[in-house]
Amino acid sequence: MREARVIPFDRARRAAREEPPVEPTPSRPDAPAAPTGLRQSLANVLGFARRRLTGDYQVDRFGFDPELTEAVLLPPLRPIYRNWFRVEVSGAEHIPARGGALIVSNHSGTLPLDALMTAVAVHDNRPGRHLRMLGADLVFQIPLLSALARKSGHTLACMSDAEHLLRAGELVGVWPEGFKGIGKPFADRYKLQRFGRGGFVAAALRSGVPIIPCSVVGAEEIYPKIADSRTLARLLGLPYFPVTPFFPLLGPLGAIPLPTKWHIRFGEPIPVDEYGRDAAEDPMLVFTVTDEVRETIQQTLYRLLDQRGNPFLG
Amino acid sequence: MSPRVVLVTGVGGYLGGHLAARLAADPAVGRVLGVDTVAPHREVRDLAGGGLEFVRADIRNPLIAKVITGAEVDTVVHVALTAVPPGPARRSAVKEANVIGAMQLLAACQRAPSVRRLVVKSTAAVYGAGARSPAVLTEADPPREVSSNGYARDAIEVEEYVRGFARRRPDVAVTVVRLANLIGPRVDTVLTRYFALPVVPTVLGYDARVQLLHAEDALAVLERAATHSIPGVFNAGADGVLMLSQAIRRAGRVPLPVPGAAMPMAGRFLRGARLVDFSADHVRYLTHGRVLDTTRLREVFGFTPRWTTRQAFDDYVRGSGLRPVLRTGLVEAAERGLAGTR
Repeated sequence: MREARVIPFDRARRAAREEPPVEPTPSRPDAPAAPTGLRQSLANVLGFARRRLTGDYQVDRFGFDPELTEAVLLPPLRPIYRNWFRVEVSGAEHIPARGGALIVSNHSGTLPLDALMTAVAVHDNRPGRHLRMLGADLVFQIPLLSALARKSGHTLACMSDAEHLLRAGELVGVWPEGFKGIGKPFADRYKLQRFGRGGFVAAALRSGVPIIPCSVVGAEEIYPKIADSRTLARLLGLPYFPVTPFFPLLGPLGAIPLPTKWHIRFGEPIPVDEYGRDAAEDPMLVFTVTDEVRETIQQTLYRLLDQRGNPFLG
Repeated sequence: MSPRVVLVTGVGGYLGGHLAARLAADPAVGRVLGVDTVAPHREVRDLAGGGLEFVRADIRNPLIAKVITGAEVDTVVHVALTAVPPGPARRSAVKEANVIGAMQLLAACQRAPSVRRLVVKSTAAVYGAGARSPAVLTEADPPREVSSNGYARDAIEVEEYVRGFARRRPDVAVTVVRLANLIGPRVDTVLTRYFALPVVPTVLGYDARVQLLHAEDALAVLERAATHSIPGVFNAGADGVLMLSQAIRRAGRVPLPVPGAAMPMAGRFLRGARLVDFSADHVRYLTHGRVLDTTRLREVFGFTPRWTTRQAFDDYVRGSGLRPVLRTGLVEAAERGLAGTR
């Protein structure tokens, strides 16, 4: 037993040699295959399975698992992104290639598919970068969803988590309308709701990162919410229970989103570092910046809607 | 400034005992008094080499005040706080030892003019765990979703008394360290018992983030707090995070996902079988996990843990003689076989 006792210094050095602190990002599944072709992809798959079975992978403090996200969680979203919603992205050059930024977007569509599609848009237009979303606590209460959200790097919408991520140079996504935005009736489509209490602006001010307004057109029509069952919502502990022309009438079939054509526009970054870090303590300034961001997104939505013809062909 | 006379409570336990032994072996420290109702482990007495004076006393007894004033203790290190008991224990007895013990000790310290420094070992459990908790906790975060009668509540109450003491005795440097879950080859904690279960019950649909602290690092933190005056509250946890499922696989164990609703039943079974404590707070921890931000520990307290969470866990797996059900070598051999490489 005495021989087996480990001396920390040596251990640390040996461990550093054996396992680099950050594992190299695996090649994306749709990347061109290595010259050996089939054999190489088989080796990749088996290597992945081995790392999973022996727990040999890295996660960050928030539980973000880049390897799993790239290899397993993002790929099933891509056919929806490309073929179902045919997402068209503009302004991707505004997403910084490195360093922190806060992406602020409108929220719509009854189910947060807009957030998922924005995450794919960010990752595929800025390879290697991941959108770290700030979600409602409901997400982390629901089994399975909670684990998936953590593994794909999302966390609770609260000031301290947002600041930790932004200071670490991550791209953070926030939907300040929250349930008011995503659960609004079809008649109110593309009308931005109240932007919370401007907490996201305070987080950006304190971390000194730019705010990137993001406008999503197309998500409003995927589940046209024409009514809301308060009773069912209360029974299930949900913020709303949507009734669309097809759901719950057609059952699970009605849960298939309508194949609208989407446009995601990343706007010019709004710099906030000029205000200084104490500016977050000035409520008037926070309100002004919040309104500026909201107005930018609303105007971009109107412009995109003008350009769009049919919601399905767009 | 090294202390002349140190009083360490809870020397019957692993942390208290080894801390007292380390201080006794330090030539810069004058006397070391160890207090507990049970004698320290023989290993501790061997390590201390006669430098440790053991006082068999209950800190709930006002007698403790006589010990402190009689020996002119200048540094009190309160380690005897059971916030995350390893196995099933009598709740009311532990609560009384925790809360009344701390109150008596603080009352004694307040009356003793010789006391200059107080170190209290607290726990990360004071933050609670839940869907509404931030993912990364700083010292300023309030407790959230802590069960009203659990052990973590004791630690919260004790910390409150310590804050009151610091107000009444501003001349005393008060250090509170909130330790992440301890692990190591020789320490007995709720997690070392949990990962040693033949099948490890997890909460279905959740994967907790687990941050650990190697027992050696915990000792080093307490030793530094006892020998330096660094007032304040500090989180102490290792770098990096393991997912619960990942840790179970690294240990070569087999996870058994149990639906959240059935977890109390599984907990009762494990408690009944005297295997491991499965309190409501602990189940919540295994559901949502908890990670401490250790910026203040590094920058203000001046300590960087030597082990990362992963290294500490691997050290535990290797050192505690766990027989993995699923061995890494086996998986690697299967991979080589399937890939057709040698």
